[in-house]
Amino acid sequence: MSENLNYFRQNRLPHIWCPGCGHGTVTGALTRALAKLGIDKNNVVVVSGIGCSSRAPGYLDFDTLHTAHGRALAFATGIKLSKPSLKVIVLTGDGDCTAIGGNHFIHAARRNIDITTIVMNNSIYGMTSGQYSPMTPTGMLGTTAPYGNVERPFDFVKLAIASGATFVGRSTTYHVQLLGDLIEKALLHKGFSVVESIGGCPTYYGRKNKIGGAVEMFEWQKDNAVNIKAAAAMPKEKLDGKFLIGEFHNEEAPEFTSQYIELIEKVQRKFDDFKGGVRECAQNSD
Amino acid sequence: MSEKKKRSFEHVIRERWCKGCNVCVTFCPKKVLSLKNGKVFAERPDDCIGCRLCELRCPDFAITIKERIAVQAESDSSCVDYAIPPEANHA
Repeated sequence: MSENLNYFRQNRLPHIWCPGCGHGTVTGALTRALAKLGIDKNNVVVVSGIGCSSRAPGYLDFDTLHTAHGRALAFATGIKLSKPSLKVIVLTGDGDCTAIGGNHFIHAARRNIDITTIVMNNSIYGMTSGQYSPMTPTGMLGTTAPYGNVERPFDFVKLAIASGATFVGRSTTYHVQLLGDLIEKALLHKGFSVVESIGGCPTYYGRKNKIGGAVEMFEWQKDNAVNIKAAAAMPKEKLDGKFLIGEFHNEEAPEFTSQYIELIEKVQRKFDDFKGGVRECAQNSD
Repeated sequence: MSEKKKRSFEHVIRERWCKGCNVCVTFCPKKVLSLKNGKVFAERPDDCIGCRLCELRCPDFAITIKERIAVQAESDSSCVDYAIPPEANHA
């Protein structure tokens, strides 16, 4: 038995996701990355919101929290601040993170709090039968977009970098080795790290858009993803309609919890000095 | 001496977890796996090169690849010369 299975609540498996759902691949990649780094499961907290992707913590044998829709990062911020030694991982979906929890996401990124966020982007709200989300590409079909989506989707990587996240990567469920490497780097990164994993929803997105089943969705990812290193040497017209994968952004910046602890210590020192000052004054007045 | 030892692999398949999505079967570079009654099974396990792509991509955690420890020819009981006492090797 491989060591990553120790991180699962095996009595809960098989999971509820549809056959070929990319969320399982991402969850597997996360457990493998944790097993490779040898992280103790008692020091990990996994937080999720609502949605297909957010069912993942139910199968993971950590301290887990299944919270309100979109608010996973708000709860995670509280956990991280109360006990900064914990490794806090947020598993969230594209709708959960960019629509309902959009504000929580940009502010967590702005603060640069040490949380690893994994966004499982399946371009649709799968759990509620396939409504279009802010990450559904223009022109694609959904239950609430029967003639095609007219809205422009978010470029999640650009959104994360602009909000202030200090580690940003993107991969697909087809490029699972790259995904594992990115998750590993994100877990080691000190600061707000985001990994977007583009996965397929064969049941709603694949069927509505006539892409096909699980295998065709994996093949679609294989054909349309271009590594950022390869893209640098490619002409622009070849990149039309493709998306980039790889490590986009990695920088060092002051981290929120450590700054906060520093501030607490500074204020406490000031307060202690002040009490000393009071005693001195009392002695002088005698 | 320079003869390369062929590595062999064992496919641990948890049939109860497998949903038969066909991802592992399609993307296996050596076409080792196939579906039987909607569940995956190793059809040509000897062709496996141990790339573990099926294990990594499986959304249901249903496959694990284990490397078989090759049995050394010397330790095979048919090759042992029982006329030589075992103490002779420790001289």
